[in-house]
Amino acid sequence: MSAVTTAEPVTEGQTLREGAFGNATALACRECGHQVELGPHYACPECFGPLEIAYDFPQVTREEIEAGPRNIWRYKALLPVPADIEDSPNMEPGFTRLLKAHNLGRELGIDNLWVKDDSTNPTNSFKDRVVACALSAAREFHSKVFACPSTGNLANAVAAAGARAGIKTVVFIPSNLEQPKQVNSAVFTESLVAVNGNYDDVNKLASEIAGEEDGWAFVNVNVRPYYAEGSKTLGYEIAEQLGWRLPDQVVIPVASGSQLTKVHKAFQELVKLGLVEDKPYKIYGAQATGCSPVSVAYKAGVDAIRPVKPDTIAKSLAIGNPADGIYVLDICRETGGAVEDVTDEQVRDGIVLLARTEGIFTETAGGTTVAVLKKLVETGQLDTSLETVVINTGHGLKTLDAVSGSVGPVATIDPSYAAFSATGLA
Amino acid sequence: MSVSVRIPTILRTYTGGESEVSASGATLAEVIDDLDASYSGIKGRILDDAGELRRFVNVYVGNEDVRFLDSLGTATPDGTQVSVIPAVAGG
Ligand SMILES: Cc1ncc(COP(=O)(O)O)c(C=O)c1O
Repeated sequence: MSAVTTAEPVTEGQTLREGAFGNATALACRECGHQVELGPHYACPECFGPLEIAYDFPQVTREEIEAGPRNIWRYKALLPVPADIEDSPNMEPGFTRLLKAHNLGRELGIDNLWVKDDSTNPTNSFKDRVVACALSAAREFHSKVFACPSTGNLANAVAAAGARAGIKTVVFIPSNLEQPKQVNSAVFTESLVAVNGNYDDVNKLASEIAGEEDGWAFVNVNVRPYYAEGSKTLGYEIAEQLGWRLPDQVVIPVASGSQLTKVHKAFQELVKLGLVEDKPYKIYGAQATGCSPVSVAYKAGVDAIRPVKPDTIAKSLAIGNPADGIYVLDICRETGGAVEDVTDEQVRDGIVLLARTEGIFTETAGGTTVAVLKKLVETGQLDTSLETVVINTGHGLKTLDAVSGSVGPVATIDPSYAAFSATGLA
Repeated sequence: MSVSVRIPTILRTYTGGESEVSASGATLAEVIDDLDASYSGIKGRILDDAGELRRFVNVYVGNEDVRFLDSLGTATPDGTQVSVIPAVAGG
């Protein structure tokens, strides 16, 4: 591993305070191991590989974590955030419910099934977790603007967190995004920018702006290493809520692939810290067929991912050029899991299935995940005797259109008992 | 064929801090060779040892990712904008 170097001069006036990033020690390239100083950097200056946070963790006990707040900051010792993080305004996401899914389990023939329901976060998706960590980094870098390219949920989370923190936000989305997701951003920020193009186009634009504008923290571009760590809290919570043990199997939606890789990182860290016992676990990735470059590569048995032009109702997962896709392939293969994809029709069925079995209204990403779970069972790729967790990452009210054509009143009747009787519902 | 190339922050050490430089060539491969003639070593950052685009770099000709076009063989007509951008995950 090479020595810590500075990727570029730290911007003038940008002095980092002691402990600004908690127990984080450096940024390390996931590809070649090259290290650079903590700063607003995201790509390895040697090979363009993604920079990740490296830590020197102190001994952390279960008791210390359990004594913490009921949000992601209970794990602050394992995140790139300062010890006084709770003193700054944030949305306090996390510690969402882990529900035993008896009915869905019975329906699918899985003995022991759980739903980790992240739709109950402040802006109703798992993105509040990553944004909270990105906000901390933006603050420590004295950024003037908090920004992101987004498939929708991230824009909602950035706009809301920025409003609460009193930092200017500018969020970029594809112009064809679901109306509720647009409104859910525009209500929090006056600077929602709709771009004519798909997410990959928006992402390219944001990267170019990030390279030109000083003082802009693009949560998933120049502060991405800090942002991505927020997804680890999903993994920590699942383990803690299961009574400090790892599940046997987890099914996770995949867009860029960042979340899946971080849940895996979380499990590994818990084992390394002695907080859970080491054991084998399988990780499965879920995509919609209309945007399934990772699933296609998995099935073809290749390592390279061919980008695609997305065409699916699962717009939050519509990233055609997933930067962490190769790591998703590695993790799913190494752990003995798989990557699978389902049609838009199956995505809709997945939404309704989860709603009617567990009373949880998920968005298209969750519909994709539940439908993939079902398909994995049907194709024999998932062992139904093992304890399984399925992650619901977002709320169905944001993607109402996906199911509004397929569910509705079973009958429209006059307010008379006779009319009701005629429906046969009694 | 003269084209304009947008340089990402991590490669600006090669271009003396310039974020946009000009280069010439009829294809992307020629443009990268020409860039390397002016800014020695930059090619080895964009391409791997096998001469292919590195896994975590996205190159665009106009607004199109060259992986959807002819990769390094993509034509670069006069006045084209070429952009070199690190791949980033999370959206
Ligand atoms: C609801 C939802 N689930 C899952 C994802 C996928 O996340 P990742 O890009 O980390 O794979 C997204 C991404 O935007 C999302 O909005």
